[in-house]
Amino acid sequence: MSALLEVREARVSYPHAGAVGGRFAAVEGVNLALEAGEIVGLVGESGSGKSSLGRAILGLVPLAAGEIHWRGARIDALSRSAFRPLRRELQLVFQDPQASLDPRMTTAESVAEPLRALAQEVSVAARAARVAAILAEVGLAPELAGRYPHQLSGGQLQRAAIARALIVDPRFIVCDEPVSALDVSVQGQIINLLSRIRSERGLACLFISHNLAVVTRLAERVLVMYRGRIVESGAREAILKSPRHPYTRLLLDSVPAVDPASARRLLARSVPTIDEAPGLPDRGCPFAARCPYAISRCRSELPALHGLEGGGAVACHRAAEWPAGLPPAALA
Amino acid sequence: MSALLEVRGLTVDFTGERTFRAVDGVDLSVAPRERLAIVGESGSGKSQLLLACTGLLAANGRPGGSVRFDDRELLGDARATGQARGSGIGFVFQDASGSLTPHRPIGDQLAEVTMAASGVSSRVALQEAAAMLGRVRLPDAGRLLAQYPHELSGGMRQRVAIALALMAKPRILFADEPTTALDVTVQAEVMALLASLCSEFGMALLIVTHDLGVVAALADRIAVMYAGRFVEVGEAQALLANPRHPYTAGLLAAVPRLGDRGELATIPGSPPRPGEIIQGCRFEPRCLGRTDRCRSADPSLADQIVKGVACHFPRTQGEIR
Repeated sequence: MSALLEVREARVSYPHAGAVGGRFAAVEGVNLALEAGEIVGLVGESGSGKSSLGRAILGLVPLAAGEIHWRGARIDALSRSAFRPLRRELQLVFQDPQASLDPRMTTAESVAEPLRALAQEVSVAARAARVAAILAEVGLAPELAGRYPHQLSGGQLQRAAIARALIVDPRFIVCDEPVSALDVSVQGQIINLLSRIRSERGLACLFISHNLAVVTRLAERVLVMYRGRIVESGAREAILKSPRHPYTRLLLDSVPAVDPASARRLLARSVPTIDEAPGLPDRGCPFAARCPYAISRCRSELPALHGLEGGGAVACHRAAEWPAGLPPAALA
Repeated sequence: MSALLEVRGLTVDFTGERTFRAVDGVDLSVAPRERLAIVGESGSGKSQLLLACTGLLAANGRPGGSVRFDDRELLGDARATGQARGSGIGFVFQDASGSLTPHRPIGDQLAEVTMAASGVSSRVALQEAAAMLGRVRLPDAGRLLAQYPHELSGGMRQRVAIALALMAKPRILFADEPTTALDVTVQAEVMALLASLCSEFGMALLIVTHDLGVVAALADRIAVMYAGRFVEVGEAQALLANPRHPYTAGLLAAVPRLGDRGELATIPGSPPRPGEIIQGCRFEPRCLGRTDRCRSADPSLADQIVKGVACHFPRTQGEIR
């Protein structure tokens, strides 16, 4: 069966004065496939290229190399107008809902706008009915329809942004850090909403976050990205229980613990003296400078992504040495 | 033991297009070497509290009440406040660019503090700056002195900002969300650094955060702030193990934990917007355990001093609801 979405050897690059050839590769050699209705988590820190990858899939930034296929047809080289019909099927939910809502439009106007722009002619009455239905679906009370963004709370704004993405009935959404700008007490509401809507609608979703606890709550499959490359991928359980890449381990160890005992363990563990300065090493593994397991080979040779039993993959020279996964740093 | 920092009935009022009270009667005290964390969400007033204590409020903000540092009143005394900020109180902001100037080398910015404080030569001050960069675990200090903030990663910049705050050897460090802008993997490193620096320098810490995880790791005591007031204050371990205010309990339950699946626990609704007037208990509209009494009577400060929790119906140990 062919995938709903397939990304092959994608590269995204931006002009950068200091980089080789004047361009900096934010995404390099990324492969990814999503089935209909599947939710895949993409985790990494700022600068890992996760947002660039999400945007490239949606045609919002150009690919420098590689291909993107949607329902079996190549879409990365399409012109703006040729991509237009696809905008209905592929939608985006941003970190900052303010960015996707026009401050001069009411909630109802903002939510209705993509319908007018992307969907075929819909009567005024039908449009109003769809807006009302979608506002109910995302949990916004009818009286909020006439409010402007500055009159809404952060959680309400993100609900409105989700409604705006859903109104054209997409098949695939990229959720790019949809809760990181929200208060803790509100984050859970939005995570639960996205989870429910996604399963009810059978939507495929690429869920991007820096927090593995959030990603693994929703996704069955997880990709870990570091400095533009996928360094590990695997089923949720494998990533959680037997991570093979030291960076995945570090991400797991960095999820803030709420109980003081494990939090103190986190603080007590040997801390690398430095996180890296911007810029990539010329060769070798991009994580080597921070990696507690690095050997000389890691500084000279870039590890390729190797397939693992069970469908995962890891890009680490030493991964074969820990077939059952790396233990938490506190125990290592 | 007498308190290093003693705050009584602190209020912060903002005037202008909208007039509202951001901090509404807060009492707190920090002993020498003690670490106190103030936990709250956006709009709770936690950052304004820190700014008010150090005379850094925006022009339209007015503090009231009392802030005593080292037995000296700071509110209304610009000179005392300036002196406290110059030596006794260090400040680390969420974003290092709040402390660092982009267009001057790091060494100059650090050395300037020592030169102003002790009148030493720039050569000696630069040596002290290099030593301080080493103490915040930044390698290759000699090279760093000549670099500009933008040449560093976010985590390194925040370490430099911490070094800058420590140059004047403060007795208490105020930290406003010091790791929020950093990547998760770097957050733990910077928190660990702050914890060990407090011990090394014998410094007290007043840290403001929205993150109960970070707080758990660092604080001796925690104060939970909601809508301008403290709703629960207690020893950190006890408060986290047995939260008594429903808001504290809700916040703790809402933190996503590794390995969990399905619905995440949530607090319904959202925090009140600044200036929004709520009768009775301010958390009542979002509280699952509310009663009529919560709507009519404010369970405020008198209760809080006695019980450490501002709630008519505080949870008892082990209770789940």
